[in-house]
Amino acid sequence: MHPAPSLIVFTTLSGLGFGLIAWLGLGVHGAAPGWVVLTFGGLAFVLASAGLLASLGHLGHPERAWRALSQWRSSWLSREGVLAVATLGVFAVYSALWGFGGERVVWLGLLSSALALATVAATAMIYASIRAVPRWRHWSTPALFVALALAGGALLAGRTTVGAGLLLIALVLQVLHWRRGDVAYAEAASDMGTATGLGARGRVRMLEGPHTGANYLTDEMVHRVGRRRSKALRRIAIVLGFALPAVVFLTLEAWPAKHTVAGLAVLSHVAGVAASRWLFYAEAEHVVGLWYGRAAG
Amino acid sequence: MTSLPSEPTVKLGLVIDLDTCVGCHACVISCKEWNTGAGGAPLSDMDAYGEAEGTFLNRVHSYEVLRDDAPPMVVHLPKSCLHCDDAPCVTVCPTGASFKRGEDGIVLVNEATCIGCGLCAWACPYGAREMDRAAGVMKKCTLCVDRVTSETLPEADRVPACVRACPAGARHFGDLNDPEDPAARLSAARGGMDLMPEQGTRPVNRYLPPRERDEGAVMDLVALADPAEDAEAGGGLGWLDRALAKLG
Repeated sequence: MHPAPSLIVFTTLSGLGFGLIAWLGLGVHGAAPGWVVLTFGGLAFVLASAGLLASLGHLGHPERAWRALSQWRSSWLSREGVLAVATLGVFAVYSALWGFGGERVVWLGLLSSALALATVAATAMIYASIRAVPRWRHWSTPALFVALALAGGALLAGRTTVGAGLLLIALVLQVLHWRRGDVAYAEAASDMGTATGLGARGRVRMLEGPHTGANYLTDEMVHRVGRRRSKALRRIAIVLGFALPAVVFLTLEAWPAKHTVAGLAVLSHVAGVAASRWLFYAEAEHVVGLWYGRAAG
Repeated sequence: MTSLPSEPTVKLGLVIDLDTCVGCHACVISCKEWNTGAGGAPLSDMDAYGEAEGTFLNRVHSYEVLRDDAPPMVVHLPKSCLHCDDAPCVTVCPTGASFKRGEDGIVLVNEATCIGCGLCAWACPYGAREMDRAAGVMKKCTLCVDRVTSETLPEADRVPACVRACPAGARHFGDLNDPEDPAARLSAARGGMDLMPEQGTRPVNRYLPPRERDEGAVMDLVALADPAEDAEAGGGLGWLDRALAKLG
């Protein structure tokens, strides 16, 4: 699939923002002064909304985006939109009451956390529900998205040990998602034989394409360029996204200027997650490729 | 509403004969010609005189089937929306712009409410949907809904443009839920098949498998073209040939 920058920015930033909301909803700042609550709450709100705004860049008609809130009965994309709006609304009230009024309404916080995690899960389910992309259609897709959101949120919320632990869990899920994903297309039931209905007669191969130039399908779904540096990008994702921030957060007390170091470690994590998201799209093979003679591999 | 309708009683669709399709692309051009002037936005072309990329609702792919014990078989496969009963493109739509009609099962896009997110095209395993890069909305085969439901067009034209245009008679249109419909009967008689049945989409359109050709006995054309130097000619020419041989 074509790795659209708007979608990479969206899933990376909003995942981080909703992850932070999940932790803030649990009241991790205890008896912190109001300005601390508002600063962290504002950061979470900005990250989540910036991600959502970036996703509008993917649309042909962003001005009609409000219509996407209507089909929550059947569409994960619609559910994600509804959940995102609900999360931000509840969380804004919760943060304002806590930050300005000094009173933490526990049930509003817990509701914010649950909604935030549900939003991230709904985002992942958009992908995991697409049967035509075997790499995505697996439980490890929502598991990885939620784990990364929780890990990133914990880092931002200053939960160092928990954050490092969650990073390791996310790393295991990430490696599992890659390994299983690498064979998913070949193991899927669809091939050129089932596509053309000619599989029982022999080996099917493309003789002539339906068009000489590119088209939307080949640009969007038969995109392969982004896959070329897959190995290097996986290493970058592991080091920057998981290993480096985990080590830094586990040893944070030993560092001078630990707030700066922690901030840099979070930036490293974001860069690593962005690399992982690039691969999430770029490596995803769509069965439409079969019509164009693109067999597995 | 992007929930699927309860099982339609009428299922309009195409029966495409892979045995007779000659891969001329007339259906592709006829489709584009009709639908670029239909109700919605035109089917745009980008860089029409350069890299030439454009929006089409119907495309013809050509495949070769390689066999160990028989000559390769060339099959032209026209592909457009299959108007699936379990259309994944419909249920993923966040706005309700992508929908399946309850009365005849046609899958359509409301271009006035489509946000151009592209998710329906991702969900379709057939590549039947293409984003119109100029209009920013999703385009797909409408089964020429404006022709087949028309009350003003001549009777013969009330079929999809691709069916009307096909010079080989490889495309048939009808209610595939009605066993007495000519297209449904043709499909039943010829073993009409689903494309990618494992995707669970339950497509309405059927493809008729190509008949076996040449049955393995292939004429040796090279031998026919070979000048037969040693062959014995008969009749008058043969007498002349033998007489000349005796002389020299």
